[in-house]
Amino acid sequence: MQASAHIVSLGTIDIVIIAFYFALVLGIGFYLKRFTKTGNDFFMAGRKMTAWIAGLSFLAANLGALELMGWSAAAYQYGILATHWYWIGAIPAMLFLAIIMMPFYHISKAHSVPGYLQLRYGNSSRTLSAVSFGFMTVLMSGINMYSMALVMKVVLGWDIHFSIWVSSITVAIYVALGGLLSAIFNEVLQFVLIWAGALLIPIVGLIEAGGWTKMVARIQQNFAGADLTHLWRSIGSFSGNPMGIHWTGIVFGLGFVISFGYWTTDFLVVQRVLAAKDLRAAKMAPIIGAGFKMMVPFIVIVPGLLALAVMPGLVGESQAVATGGHSYNEVLPLMLARYAGPGLLGLGITALIAGFMSGMAGNVSAFATVWTYDIYRHIHKTATDKHLVRIGRWATILGVLISIGTAYLVMQFASIMDYVQALFSFFIAPLLATVLFGMLWKRATSAGGFWGLLAGTVSSIGMWLWVKVNPNALAIIALSPNAKAMSENMYRALWSWMIAAIVTIVVSWATKPKPESELVGLVRGCTEIPSEGHYKLYQRPIFWAGVVFVVFIVLNVIFW
Amino acid sequence: MEQHEPVDHHEHWERHAISIWFFIGIVLVVYGALILGAGIYGLFVPPAHEIVLGKLHAGVWWGALMLIFGVIYVVKFFPKKVKA
Repeated sequence: MQASAHIVSLGTIDIVIIAFYFALVLGIGFYLKRFTKTGNDFFMAGRKMTAWIAGLSFLAANLGALELMGWSAAAYQYGILATHWYWIGAIPAMLFLAIIMMPFYHISKAHSVPGYLQLRYGNSSRTLSAVSFGFMTVLMSGINMYSMALVMKVVLGWDIHFSIWVSSITVAIYVALGGLLSAIFNEVLQFVLIWAGALLIPIVGLIEAGGWTKMVARIQQNFAGADLTHLWRSIGSFSGNPMGIHWTGIVFGLGFVISFGYWTTDFLVVQRVLAAKDLRAAKMAPIIGAGFKMMVPFIVIVPGLLALAVMPGLVGESQAVATGGHSYNEVLPLMLARYAGPGLLGLGITALIAGFMSGMAGNVSAFATVWTYDIYRHIHKTATDKHLVRIGRWATILGVLISIGTAYLVMQFASIMDYVQALFSFFIAPLLATVLFGMLWKRATSAGGFWGLLAGTVSSIGMWLWVKVNPNALAIIALSPNAKAMSENMYRALWSWMIAAIVTIVVSWATKPKPESELVGLVRGCTEIPSEGHYKLYQRPIFWAGVVFVVFIVLNVIFW
Repeated sequence: MEQHEPVDHHEHWERHAISIWFFIGIVLVVYGALILGAGIYGLFVPPAHEIVLGKLHAGVWWGALMLIFGVIYVVKFFPKKVKA
């Protein structure tokens, strides 16, 4: 590849910065191995993390490089509407996890979300959830790996095989050595690097644009007729905004089902808060994560908006390939190259690599736990703790190898990417219904939980296939023929959640519930939640949840 | 209702583990120094790759800021010697 074919060229100092990062994360992995002797250490990080470490790790596991690149591109494509995925699409769910759900996850001592389903509903729900989660997690990890390698090729001109193997071997080594403890430590480090590397872009960009007001004026001048700078005003109808979305889809589909499904039941992120040292830390961790999540649009959405003001003319991927121009998918590296000189460029690229590795480490550590505790341990019931740790280390390596295999498969058959991403979304919404009813309704039975989960998943797949076979079905599933893919996903999630909920309720009423004595520590109404009355007001999680929620409301009003 | 791991397990961790914030301090010091150095070098020898608002010399103040934060974290979370 010619030098001019990629976006940035790194100097010696940039290479040194990237190399130091790789050396440090590996060093941390080797250092932490001495603290991971037992299964509790390896899979649960010893349950000794402070609220800050668990909270930042909780957020970092989600803050992958594709998240950064993808949502900057979405901001260029759809304007400030993309911010909904960071605010209403995350904050209420994170606060709900902290205040309502964490007591049950923590008091039950569940080691995973499938582990909670085992305690609450029994083997069938646990097996269904564990197998689907484990399978989809490594596939998603492979897709992200391939996408990241592609980004490195476009941005830096790096060989795609080099990017895949170097980054994945590094993650495999440090997670296999130190387990979740190592993954969490590195995620906190990666979180700091992401901010250090990405924060400069909006700061210098706003100076160039002349401040927020002038940036908005330039966007309106560059894209006359399109409302790209208001969060809520343009979503009163499907056709009034570039995303083809209606506020009901944002509030109920994204704000409730997708967001609550992801942030409260996806073990990839929940595992981090399960590692908290006590109940107060476990409740504070998602609140701290929510506080930082509200700020992420500053390093993700604002660069996309700034590009609309100072760099109009970026086009879609296919048009960029045809014309030789730049795609809006490259907006973040383009902005980085615009403002970052030697050293800062290396830091920015390190931030992208760190984002990728934190996401991948999250995937493989969650996979190793679910595979070992929720699948393997139920097959080999006599396995010792030492044996399970060994299996966990091998599962980590196996997870990375399957991810690499998936990456190469996607390289050959690109359409697989769309299918697997859709598949992953099939499980999230029904799982939310199963977990919520399990925690909040003591009448929910084992059969109700299992059949609700299965019916929700199968109906989600059915709706997706229906639209594939007959595109006219979009008007029924997404309530409008103008709905775009994102809108379809939200409404499909909403319907599958409702189906899972209805089936859970109906089957539960028709079957015999567990005695209340078996639901202690698992269900609201059967569990004594420790009082926080002895803490000062500012030490109570509910106080900080209130503060975060008020800021969330104020931000939505400001950018209405 | 809260349960804790056995005391010796936590003690081993709390007495011997280096804080994550110390590692973060180290990375900020190293990166801050490198970026500050590159920024100062750029004051005298402008980089070949021209950047927008290069006159702000972002590398100098961003590198200095990282270095200051890094030093604070390294000092505050420096591993203490533990008596046997």
